[in-house]
Parts: sequence; structure tokens; C-alpha cells
Amino acid sequence: MKRFADVGKAAVTSKGWLPAHKWLLLRRSSQLSILILFLLGPWFGIWVVKGNLASSLTLEVLPLSDPYVVLQSMLAGHLPESTALLGAVVVLLFYLLMGGRAYCSWVCPLNIVTDTASWLRRRIGIKGGSRISRQTRYWLLAVTLLLALFSGTIMWELINPVSQLHRGLLFGMGFGWAVIAAVFLFDLFISRNGWCGHLCPVGAFYSLPGLLSILRVSAVSRERCDDCMDCFVVCPEQQVIRPALKGAENNIGPVILSPNCTNCGRCIDVCAQNVFQFGTRFHNSTNSSNTHLMVGHNKEVIS
Amino acid sequence: MISMQHKQGVNRRRFLADSTRLASGMLLFALGLGLYARKVESLPAIALRPPGAGGEKDFLGACIRCGLCVRDCPYDTLKLATPEEDVASGTPWFEARKIPCEMCEDIPCVKACPTGALDKTLLDIDEARMGLAVLMDQETCLNYLGLRCDVCYRVCPLIGKAITLEPQHNPRSGKHALFIPVVHSEACTGCGKCEHACVLDEAAIKVLPERLAKGVLGRHYRLGWEEKEKAGHSLVAPDTEHRFNLPGQMKYDYEGEGLMRKQPADSPFSDNPLDTLNQRAGGGS
Amino acid sequence: MKITRRDFIKTNAIAATAAAAGVTLPGVKQALAKSGDMKIRWDKAPCRFCGTGCSVLVGTKDGRVVATQGDPDAPVNRGLNCIKGYFLSKIMYGKDRLTKPLLRMKNGKYDKNGDFTPISWDKAFDIMAEKWKETLKKKGPTAVGMFGSGQWTVWEGYAASKLMKAGFRSNNIDPNARHCMASAVGAFMRGFGSDEPMGCYDDLEHADVFVLWGSNMAEMHPILWSRLSDTRLTKEGCEVHVLSTYKHRCFDLADNGMVFVPQTDLAILNFIANYIIQNKAYDKAFIDKHVNFTKTPTDIGYGLRPDHPLEKKKTGKGGKLSKISFDEYAKSVSKYTLEYASELSGVPQEQLLRLAKVYADPKKKVASYWTMGFNQHTRGVWVNGLLYNVHLLMGKISEPGNSPFSLTGQPSACGTAREVGTFAHRLPADLVVKKKAHRDFAEKIWKLPEGLIPAKPGYHAVLQNRMLKDGKLNAYWVMCNNNMQAAANMNEETYPGYRNPENFIVVSDPYPTVTAQAADLILPTAMWTEKEGAYGNAERRTQFWRQQVKAPGEAKSDLWQLMEFSKRFKAEEVWPAELLAKKPEYRGKTLYAILFENGQVNKYPKQQVTDGAGNVYDNDEMEHFGFYVQKGLFEEYRLFGTQGPKKGHDLGEFDAYHKARGMRWPVVNGKETLWRYREGYDPFVKKGEGVKFYGKKDGRANIIFAPYEPPAESPDNEYDLWLSTGRVLEHWHSGSMTRRVPELYRAFPDAVVFMHPNDAKKRGLRRGMVAKLISRRGEITLRVETRGRNRPPEGLVFVPWFDAGRLVNKVTLDATDPLSKETDYKKCAVKVIKA
Repeated sequence: MKRFADVGKAAVTSKGWLPAHKWLLLRRSSQLSILILFLLGPWFGIWVVKGNLASSLTLEVLPLSDPYVVLQSMLAGHLPESTALLGAVVVLLFYLLMGGRAYCSWVCPLNIVTDTASWLRRRIGIKGGSRISRQTRYWLLAVTLLLALFSGTIMWELINPVSQLHRGLLFGMGFGWAVIAAVFLFDLFISRNGWCGHLCPVGAFYSLPGLLSILRVSAVSRERCDDCMDCFVVCPEQQVIRPALKGAENNIGPVILSPNCTNCGRCIDVCAQNVFQFGTRFHNSTNSSNTHLMVGHNKEVIS
Repeated sequence: MISMQHKQGVNRRRFLADSTRLASGMLLFALGLGLYARKVESLPAIALRPPGAGGEKDFLGACIRCGLCVRDCPYDTLKLATPEEDVASGTPWFEARKIPCEMCEDIPCVKACPTGALDKTLLDIDEARMGLAVLMDQETCLNYLGLRCDVCYRVCPLIGKAITLEPQHNPRSGKHALFIPVVHSEACTGCGKCEHACVLDEAAIKVLPERLAKGVLGRHYRLGWEEKEKAGHSLVAPDTEHRFNLPGQMKYDYEGEGLMRKQPADSPFSDNPLDTLNQRAGGGS
Repeated sequence: MKITRRDFIKTNAIAATAAAAGVTLPGVKQALAKSGDMKIRWDKAPCRFCGTGCSVLVGTKDGRVVATQGDPDAPVNRGLNCIKGYFLSKIMYGKDRLTKPLLRMKNGKYDKNGDFTPISWDKAFDIMAEKWKETLKKKGPTAVGMFGSGQWTVWEGYAASKLMKAGFRSNNIDPNARHCMASAVGAFMRGFGSDEPMGCYDDLEHADVFVLWGSNMAEMHPILWSRLSDTRLTKEGCEVHVLSTYKHRCFDLADNGMVFVPQTDLAILNFIANYIIQNKAYDKAFIDKHVNFTKTPTDIGYGLRPDHPLEKKKTGKGGKLSKISFDEYAKSVSKYTLEYASELSGVPQEQLLRLAKVYADPKKKVASYWTMGFNQHTRGVWVNGLLYNVHLLMGKISEPGNSPFSLTGQPSACGTAREVGTFAHRLPADLVVKKKAHRDFAEKIWKLPEGLIPAKPGYHAVLQNRMLKDGKLNAYWVMCNNNMQAAANMNEETYPGYRNPENFIVVSDPYPTVTAQAADLILPTAMWTEKEGAYGNAERRTQFWRQQVKAPGEAKSDLWQLMEFSKRFKAEEVWPAELLAKKPEYRGKTLYAILFENGQVNKYPKQQVTDGAGNVYDNDEMEHFGFYVQKGLFEEYRLFGTQGPKKGHDLGEFDAYHKARGMRWPVVNGKETLWRYREGYDPFVKKGEGVKFYGKKDGRANIIFAPYEPPAESPDNEYDLWLSTGRVLEHWHSGSMTRRVPELYRAFPDAVVFMHPNDAKKRGLRRGMVAKLISRRGEITLRVETRGRNRPPEGLVFVPWFDAGRLVNKVTLDATDPLSKETDYKKCAVKVIKA
């Protein structure tokens, strides 16, 4: 693997610093603006958005709810009122459009923490660590849903670090910092992208609409790939790149169809060859039909 | 081929091992979380839920921890629990001693709830049951001691209904009344104003969850006087008239005072002079 | 539990170890608390707050009041206290006690618009004396004035009155009792020729029926209320009747609770008199022998400024009584039929009838109690008098249980303001400045040149504020009260008066009150047991206390301040030459020398103050001035009662009061008087006289007819609600002390407007919403309360006045009773809108 300093260097040289960090910057500003929008109320009394990511009310009209927690509540035996249901539907539709795990890279506040851990890990060159299956998160997702079903309470929310961080920032953190620090240290020392890439059931949940979502990263110019591996180094879900990038010979289209691609766009940034760009899942033509590819691809992901 | 077979065997074994590891991990996770959840579900006695929250378990299934009720509470009464607190993390609660519920007539917290975890059919805040006030310590309650505190009574938004003062003779001072604060569960909403205002260093009156505060009378026994009042008459047929052997000057009031001396009239006039005066005036005209 | 020294050391050691380990051990804590208790010195003192006069024991340790307890042996309260009394030990230790004189300064010099800057007492008196002298020189004695208090100790009021009336020759001294008891005083003087109730608190056990007229005793006299309640509970046939313009907590106990339209109490009382006469229930023998019938001038205005339209309209004036016959009286009240009274007052006929019947029943002993509902009334003297009419018609007076009883608001409204006579028209022991014989007597006692005390009454409380605004009163000293917050119509009168650039305002207070904020010079003041004191409660009980602790910082008692200030003036500077010529020996002497070193006040040399147990107490004034100041002042003051022209005002000797939990005057030969004017109980009523109202020359009390007249300001289309103001149990007056006790603050943090839910609804308001309360004079913003302790009827709102953050007196009207000059805080017109 490359030395930390060299990752993305070529892209900076060929495109300039700003274009080589475009999506990263946009993504960070998205994450921060959402947070700031929420914080305007409690900090400055400007109530654009009230509530938190579990459920919020924007400008006193638009309800948005986290479909995952709403689902848990329903499994727990409570039929939420229309406001929450409507909010969950709006959010689901949005991610069906924008890529399910776009939530992770563009909205989730914990992402900044885990990205930092990941960056620091590369920076100080921590290698190895515990091997956890990336499928664990789906197991966890199932367990959280089952726990809700059988206990009648939304148990996962007792510890969910994602909501803990967002809620904490808005309503008071208490010892929530410890949980966040645990995630940070876990990602830093124990497992690379351990939380977001392996364990987080929230991400796992959002990957599901990602199975069908429209907006996707595509290795449109994969023939230009010079195997510098920078995209692999920066990608939090490395496994999603290869099929698209190197799939030409297997007749696989250039669109990254894996639902676990978070649409973070960092691969676009660091690629000096401009291999990647955002597109839709429908522009996936190489030699073969899209539908065929999708099925084949999905099989691979789940296995 | 052998090596292939061997490799397959290794893979299978590895797959089995991995799966077992994952499954037991999940089991441990579920067990740990479940145990933790059980502990949290037994809400501590000082923690009160917003109006309309219903049973704790139902509430924990219905509340998605969004904090919208907290945001719409005009008195900063409600807060979301943080992980170290004994209340389910992220759920709204309040401590009466710190900031009590002011019982807003429009109940904004309930209105704000997107899921109905706070019951929207609660339209009259007087019907809310967040807990029940209990005068826990009669030894330090100033009113029990005869002092005129009764702050709990006067801050009660349902003064005279949820808390009344029952005057009693103070045998120690001999000439003062004790004003005993009595909480009535049919009216108390558990808003906590009384606990908040109690002037003692440690409040003598506290709001507890109803399950801790209230006794339950056995189904096998009924309160005779209440049943009679409900029915409007005795539940059995009235007695025939009682007659007694008594000396001449005595009377026996069967249902009331018991044995009594007959009161001979000591004057032909009414006690009130006005009766006499008015009678005369009337007679003259 | 007895703790030996060894145990003590042991527990201390354990506690220290435990504390180091971060553990508290309950048992150890208790033992320590007990051993600490052993070092507490206990001494008696009256409670600092209301006129009830509960006695407490004050616990002092290491120079600090650390605890109090209700005095179990005190007859008034038998160890009990209300919630204010429970926190007595905390009122002296608010974090923002004033400890240094503060002068408004700019560039090192006094400036009316400068910032408060700490200065020395010397400098403070320098600038004060300069301003006083300048004013006296320019405008004479009527331009200096003082506003005092029914919370002054007896000797403070006495020294202040003497300094003002004899020293500065100004009658411009008035107490805040003017806002409180002046109407009661007026009626006592008109009816009986002697101030203060004939009965005592024992009436609370002897009466069969209690009637509350404009008194929320449940909150304002909490301990007396528990005595009344006990009688109601334990005495067969006992009834409680409550009359008020809104429902308050007394209605809980009421057998007959009546909410009447403001001001119609005048009509209700006349109806009762009419009922008694119509039914010939009156005590003919009693009225033949002990009563004169009179009437009072009517349509006398509302004590507003003379240019106010209402004042121009009036046709009558003053309160000069003219004699009438019984028949004329009967005819005057005959208009007040049950129907008329009921229609006017809005009280159902059967309730009024029930009330009239208890008064008319000769077998029932009736005690009537009233406070500010009667006194703060534009016809306050009248309405007090109308109640006496009822009692006098029935002869239900001056005997156990039959008692018209005026309850006082302040701890020494009686003892200081009234008995010492710190009013603009009074002298000690019911003497008045108008009467030459009275002035002569005062001048004789005070060893002053004849003619020194001015004959014209000075500016009363309300007039003082008006004169400050008009620039006619320029050097002004406010002591022991918070009149900026307390006086009505703050926006139009009080504030402009204090901030008038022509005026120099001095405020003595322990805390930075609203009044202090508006002052030019603030003097830090000792309070309660930081000085030796005496209060007189509502039942004529005079109670003393010893100084328990030192005042913080440079704070000094009012007494010290008054006496020190008097050192700054020489007789020549304040008295005209012709007066001084009558007492040439006073030439070159200071007022201090003349008033306080007169051979009487300084008669008692320095001594050790001790109690029966041998504890020794400080007396900072004695230490400073070199003689027993309090004793000297009291003994001189006592001469007014024992030798003065008005009989029946005798007080006991100074030392006796330190040995008793108060004594009820007149105290003759060491014996107290429980019921006045009745043979056997009152030493001034001779054998065979039965009853004698000896305050009047002919020994007869006055029944005074006064009609119903409307209030100064009633609701109209725009200002469509009545506003009544008042107190709450948790806070004392303006809250300057009680709001500094966190528990009391929490118990009632901010003032709210109590209103009927329908009234709120009509205005789009809900409970808890912020509303504006607006009158023609000002507005305040506060939250709406439609539940809670006070339940006004539709059309009336109630706002307590304790809250410095919501000054309801910006809104109130400064209409007064033209006779008593007491403001009507209970009636003005306001509107309430969404804020």
C-alpha cells in the first residue's frame, strides 16, 4: 500500500487541490450544514429545524423521520401517527433517489468521527487489526429488529452511537462522549472502517434502499485506470469498487451498484485519471444489459 | 483434487467457525442489550414522563427519541436522557424537584410528538397522569408540625382538588389548627409543582410513579358507605321500627347518638330573639 | 443526647476521615450537628415580618444567626411559624447585602446622574448635611422630609420623629404605615378617640362567629388564621363568614363566603345596621349610655391632585362630624335594604341575611377582622367606622369574643408608626401636632423652646411623592422601606419625584431595592437582630429583643444613622433666632446634644447587656454613643404615655420588656390590659362605669353614618377590569428580604395576574401566557394564572406586588382616602391584552 502522503497526490498535481477535494468538501459542508441547521435553534433560537435525525420538523411543515427507528417502533407494536410515517416515507423516497448510504457520507454526524479515525489511521500508519465480516452489520440489523419485535421496546436506541451523537450535540451529550470515543478508538486501533464498514446497523438499513437507488458513482472511464490504487485506499467500502472498475473483462458495467457504496465521491476526488463520476444506475451499458448486471452484481455483494 | 477437497473442507470448517462466532456474538449482544434494557425500563422513581406517555414499556416502544416534545416545552421542563442516566437514553423526562410541569393548557409537548408516544387523545391537561404526589414524610412536613407552610397546596394548579388542607386541632399548642395537606389521586396530575416548591432541604412531598404511590384495595372487600352512596339507598331492605325499654327521661336514637337524655324546653321562646320579634310584628299587622 | 468532649473529638475525627474518603456518614453528621447545637446561644425576638408578632428564639453561633425556632412559650404562636418565619435566619444573609455607603458620582464628585460609588460614612454625612442645610436655608423646613416605616424599631421611629419634628422643625415625616393602617387609625380616632384595637388575640378563642372583611388572613396572618381555624373546628356552632372582592384561601373554611363588587362593602355594612334597627335587635341600653350618633360630610373626593377632574367635582370636604339623633341615623341607613345591598354588591340576598343575622343575634359573640381591604379604600375611614357602627349598635365590643379587630400588616405598625406617632400629623401616644396642648406637652418632655414644633401637619406619604415631583420637597430620606415599589402610580409620581434634579434622595436599606436604585445616596443598614429593638404587634403587645450579631461590613442601624446625622447640625443652623432665644443654653449645641444628650436619653450609662442565663450581648449603639441609647429613648418616650394628656397609653418599664415575651398596653403597675374600655379589664374604667370609651371626653363612642359612594376609578369600555393588588404568604411586602431566600423565591418566583378563565379566554389568553396589564398610567408584563390560590370573579384581576421585576404600582392609581390619605390599592381600572 502506498505511503499516506502519496495518496491522492497525483490527483492534486494533475487537477489542482480544490478539484481533488471537491466531493470531500461538499460532503463535509453537507454534514456540517445539516448539523448547523439543527443547532441554529438551540444555540441561536432560529428554529429552521426542530428535533433530531430520528424525527424532525422543518419550518414547522416538513416532517422527516428515520425509517429505521420508525420500523423498530412498528415492530415493537406501536403504530406511529401519520406525521412520523409520512416523515419516514419522505426520507425513504429521498434515499431511493440519492443512494441509500448517501445518508452515511452526507448526513450522518458520526461519519466525521469515523472518517477522522480512518484518516488518522492512515496518517500514523496503523495496520492490521481485527478481522470482522462486513456482513456483521446485517446480522446486527436483524438482531435490533428482532429485539424490538420481541421486547416491545426500541432497544437499539439505548446505545445507538449514531443517534447518540446527533442527539447529544443538540440536547446534551452527557456520557455519550464515551460511546463516541469508543467508536473512534475502535476504528483507529481495532478495525479499519470498523464501525461504518462492518458493524453499523443504521448503515446496513440504509443500504437497503440503496439496492434500487438512482444516483450512483460510475467508473465511466475505467479504461484510463492506471492501477494507482488511491481509490481503494480512500474508499470506506473498498469491496464495492473492484466489480465496476475491473469488470470490463467479465462484462460488468462501470456503475458501482453495490448498495454499500456511500456515494461519498472520494474516489472521484483522488483519481488523477478522472475515471469516476456521478451518474445514474441506468447508464451502465458496456456490452451487456443493465438488468443482468445488476442481478449478478448484487449476488456478489451479499455473498 | 485432493487439495481441492481439502480446501473445500477447510472453507466449510472456516465458514462454520465464522458463523458460530458471529451467531454467538449476536447472542451476546442481544443478551447484553436486553439486560441493560430491563434495568432501564424500571424507570427510577424520580423520573417523570411527559403528559400522555402511558405505561413505561409502551412508551419505550413508541418514543423514537426525536426530542420534539422537549423543543416545544415552554418551560424547559423536559429533557432527553443521556446514556449515564437511569432513564432510557434519548427519551424525554423531567425531575419534579428541578423543573416541574407547568401544565400548559394547550399541552404543546403532546402536540409536538410525531409518533403518538405522547397520546394525542389527551386534550385536557387535568387528565394527565404523570405520577402521583405523595406526602412521604409526615415527621418533617412543616404543616404536620403545625407551621403554616402549605406551599405545596398553594402552588398546586389544582388547589383544593388535588391537594386539600384538612384542618385538625393541634393538641400540642392547644389553640392552633394543623392544616394537613392531603393529596387526592383522582385529581393529581403528577405535575410536580408541590415537590419543586417544598421548602425543606429534602422535599417531604414527592411525585412518584403511580405504581409506587398507590395502594390497591382487595376485590373481595367493598366500602359500605360508598356502596350505599352509589346506590342512593341501603343495599338491603330497611329495618322495621326498633323499640326499646327505657326509663322515662331517656331516649334512644337507634341510628344516631344512641342513648340520650330528653331535652326539656327551658323557655317557651326561640333562641333567636328575631324569631319572636318578627313573629310579633307579623302578628300585629 | 449528651456528648462528651472525647466523643466530640472522636466524631470529628471520623467525619474528617469520611469526608476525605468522600463519604458522608448519617450518624456522624447527626452527632456533629448536635454537638454544634450545643454551642448555639438562644435568645428571644419577635418575627421580623407581619403584624401578628410571633415570637421566635434566635440561635447565634460564631457571630452569625444560624437557626431560629418558634418560641414554644410565646402566647401568640406557641412555637409555630409561617413559612416566612421558618426562613428568618436566612434573610440577613442575602449575597447582595449592602455594606458601604454608596453615592452617585461622576469624576469624583456627587452627580445626580453618576454611578453609585462606595464612600465613607463621613463623606456620606458630609454630602447629606450639605444638601439638608442648603435646602433648609433656601426653602425652609417644609422642603426636607423623611419616609419611615412600621418596620422601624420603636426607638428608631421615636428618634426619627424627634429629629424631624423637633430637630428640623419639619412635620414631613410619614411611615409606610400610611399605605397600610392610616384608615384604621382614622376610624379609631373618630370613633373612640384612641388608636388601636380594644380587644386582643384571645378573641380568637372566645368568639362564636368570625367575619373577615377584606382580609385574607389565611395568607397574611397565617398563625392567627390557624387559631381562628382551631376555634372553628373545636367550638360547636362556630361560623366563619368571609367577604372579599375575589375568592382567596379563607373561602376554604368559610361557612358563608361572599364575593362582592368592589366598594360595595359600604352598602353591605349599612344594610347590616339597617337590619339590626329594623328588627329592633340593637342593644338600647348600651347605645343610650355609650354611644353618640353622628354623620360625616359626603362627596369628599378621592385624594388625587387638586387639578384632577374628580377633585374639582366634589362638593364636600373633610371629616368633621355632626351630631344626629338615633332616628336620623336609622333613617339614613333605611335606604340600605336587603334588596338594595344585594343588587349593588352582587351578593345573594340569603347570604347577606345570614351575615346580618349573626351580628343581630345577641347570643352570638362576633369578632370581625379586617386588613387592607378596608384600609386601602378611598372611603377607608368610613368603612372602618361602618363596621364599628354595627358592633356598637349591638354593644358587641370590648369584651372577650365581641371584637371589631383591625389586623396590622407590619411588625410594628402599632408599636412604632402609630404609638410613637411617626405620621405627618402625630406625636407619641395619640397626640397630634394640630393641638397646641399636645405640642406644648411634647416640647416640655423634649425640653424644647415653646412653639418649636410646627402646628401644620406635614406632607403625608402620597403628598411627599407629589411634592418631590413638584420640586417642593428637596432633601428626602427613606428608611426601612421600599416605597418606590410600594407607592401607587410609580410612573407618574414616585419615579419622577426621586429623579427630579432638584432633589437629593437618601435611602437606608440592607439590600439594593428598587427604591435604592432610584436614590442618590444609599446607606447600608443593619437589620432585625443586628441591633437591639422593639416592635408592637396588632394586639398592643410590645416585644423587645437584644442585639444578637453584628451587621455586615459598615452597615449601621437606622438609629445610629439618625443620631450620627444629628451631630451635623447646630441649633443656629436649623432653628430661627427667636426660638433659640427662649433656650439660650442651646446656642452652639448640636441637634445631637439637644435631642439625645438631654439628660433623659443619655440618662442610662453604658452597661453590660445580659439575659437571664448570663449570656452577654453586643449593643453597638451603646458602645458607640457611650450610653444605653435604646433604654434612654424608650424611657423618655414612655413619659408620653404615663404623663401625657391622653390617658390609657401607659407602657411598662424598659427592663421589664426584656424579661417578658411582650406585654399588652396599657401596662399599669406591671399589669397588662387585654380588653380596653371595659370595667375589670381596663384599669382606666372606674368601678360602676361598666364600659367607658375614655378616649372621648364624654366617654361615648361615635356611631358615624356614611353612605355608599362609588370608587375613584371603575372599569369602563376601554379599561374593562378591576385591578386589586396585595400580598402573598411566601413574600414579605416588596420581597426585598424573602426573595433573597431561595426556597421562598422558588415557592412563588414571579408575580402573575390572577384572572377568571373566562376573562382570559375572551382576551385570547391561556394560563401561563404572557400578558400586558395596562392602565391609564402604565403597563407591566406578566404571566396569566387562571388557577391557583386566588380566584377572581369575572371582571376583576389580582396582582401581588412583591415582584421587583413586575412593578404593579406602575399601573395603580394614587387615589387615597381624603381622610386617612391612605392609597386605595384595591381598585383601579385596567385592561389585559396578549403581550
